[in-house]
Amino acid sequence: MSTIISTDKLTKTFGAFTAVNAISFDVMEGEIFGFLGANGAGKTTALKMLTGLLTPSSGKATVAGFDVWKQPEQVKQRIGYMSQKFSLYEDLTVRENIRLFGGIYGLSMPIIREKTTSLLHKLELEPEADKLVKSLPLGWKQKLAFSVALLHDPRIVFLDEPTSGVDPLTRRQFWELIYEAAHQGVTLMVTTHYMEEAEYCNRLSMMVDGRIVALDTPGALKNQYQARNMDEVFRKIARG
Amino acid sequence: MNRFSAFIQKEFRHILRDRRTLMILFGMPVIQVLLFGYVLTNEIKNAAIAILDPAKTEESIALTNKLVSSGYFQLEQNIPSEADLEAAFKSGKIKMAVVFPADFSVAPNKPADIQLIGDASDPNTATTLINYANAIIADFVQEKAPVASSGTAIMAIRTETRMRYNPEQKAVFNFVPGVMTLILMLVSAMMTSITIAREKELGTMEVLLVSPLKPIQIILGKTAPYLALTLLNALVVVLVGIYIFGMPLQGSILLLTAECVLYMFVALSLGILISTKAKDQMTAMFISALGLMMPTMLLSGFIFPRESMPVPLQVVGSVIPATWFNPIIKGIMIKGTGLDVLWKQTAVLGGMALFFLAVSLRNFKDRL
Repeated sequence: MSTIISTDKLTKTFGAFTAVNAISFDVMEGEIFGFLGANGAGKTTALKMLTGLLTPSSGKATVAGFDVWKQPEQVKQRIGYMSQKFSLYEDLTVRENIRLFGGIYGLSMPIIREKTTSLLHKLELEPEADKLVKSLPLGWKQKLAFSVALLHDPRIVFLDEPTSGVDPLTRRQFWELIYEAAHQGVTLMVTTHYMEEAEYCNRLSMMVDGRIVALDTPGALKNQYQARNMDEVFRKIARG
Repeated sequence: MNRFSAFIQKEFRHILRDRRTLMILFGMPVIQVLLFGYVLTNEIKNAAIAILDPAKTEESIALTNKLVSSGYFQLEQNIPSEADLEAAFKSGKIKMAVVFPADFSVAPNKPADIQLIGDASDPNTATTLINYANAIIADFVQEKAPVASSGTAIMAIRTETRMRYNPEQKAVFNFVPGVMTLILMLVSAMMTSITIAREKELGTMEVLLVSPLKPIQIILGKTAPYLALTLLNALVVVLVGIYIFGMPLQGSILLLTAECVLYMFVALSLGILISTKAKDQMTAMFISALGLMMPTMLLSGFIFPRESMPVPLQVVGSVIPATWFNPIIKGIMIKGTGLDVLWKQTAVLGGMALFFLAVSLRNFKDRL
């Protein structure tokens, strides 16, 4: 397996406040990599730097082999992103949303049509294809948003708290989609504050006050901190 | 499919599916022009007046007829005595009263008196009515004087007044250009600031910025549909002005279009600037309404003459795009002026467009 994301002392300061403090880590291709931490720990800021939404104060990061700030065009074509807030257009229909994002990522019309058909089939959304997205239940919207983020076959998808606000059952179904994507070789980087979700990740990094304080597989972390579950690991780490 | 055209298509869908946007875009311009055109005119027609004429001489009746047939006045009532004047004014039925003395006659070398009483609870209307009446009476005297004073030479200066470019003094000639400045500013600036703020509020802006679309493409994609629709609006306003209110279009239509586009660019870049500051749609709307609408209406010289404003307000007025755009439309439509005269205003607008565009582009990426 090869490295697909690599950061070196990545730092972001806002005035006197250091949101992300010199974090260095590597993510392997096809991995589900979790970013855990309390609100304000810096995980969203870190993710925003990797997607090019924020410029870092110092440090370096490469995504899919390209420097995030020197070669943003190459990076952008190879990544997908699903934001904390729901990221589709509610006043467009399911089909129109798919077409829009296909178009923005430069897919040709025949490919967009083909992808629309298979995506609608997979999500069993055919009857809703021409309904406005706002009429769908939240869980369906999230699944649709994730599938749209995968539309242009990105090598990496960044998910910023994708399951916040959905019920546990839908969350499980959502993770099935994530596993399926990982199985097909897509690398997934997920931020979350649901500790049971952390168990689903291949590897985890725990962030506290802008620093990565622990980084390993869920099993190894539980061993290291002699905890029964990730929640306990997190509480032990947070206590210092 | 082309990235940019996919994006523009989406933008048109947003506009067409949002009833509020559609109302602002297409309802407001027409309603505003009609409102300003019909209601807010400062010309007065058929003002109700009362006549108190105990003399009932040939001359007094002739003068009354002349006043009433002028089209400005309408005889509401004949008042029998001075005691009834008060009640007539209080009832609000009349705006002005003409009081003839009991011995009214127009004779040479013997000045006759007429009293004009205006209802100055509305001072503007009262002044206008009195002026109209004075002009008609002066005209009446001119007509009668040569006959009445045959044989005696009297000194007289005849003034001949010409109201150039707008002989009928139609207020609409002022309002149509004024409404244009308002509407183009409103639609361009307010709508773009709201539409960009909306993407920020909903979180879709992040998704767009992560995509391969360049910031300039996002800005252009968001503004281009509004530019097109605003141009359409400008056309509607001009057509309503010409065909419903009888505005002329003396100058070049090409120049008018080009100047409108220039002004819209200023407005659009202001809208983008506002959207980089505003976090949500409500804020964007408030900043646009208070920061752009009010000054455009009050300080640009559209409703109140700039010359009579205190100096600080004149200075504030001079940085408002409408202040420079208003004379341009008036010049082109009413006077047929060309770029040889309007180059200065055009240059100022061009400078504003470049300045705001540069500032907002610089702010755009950092602020989102």
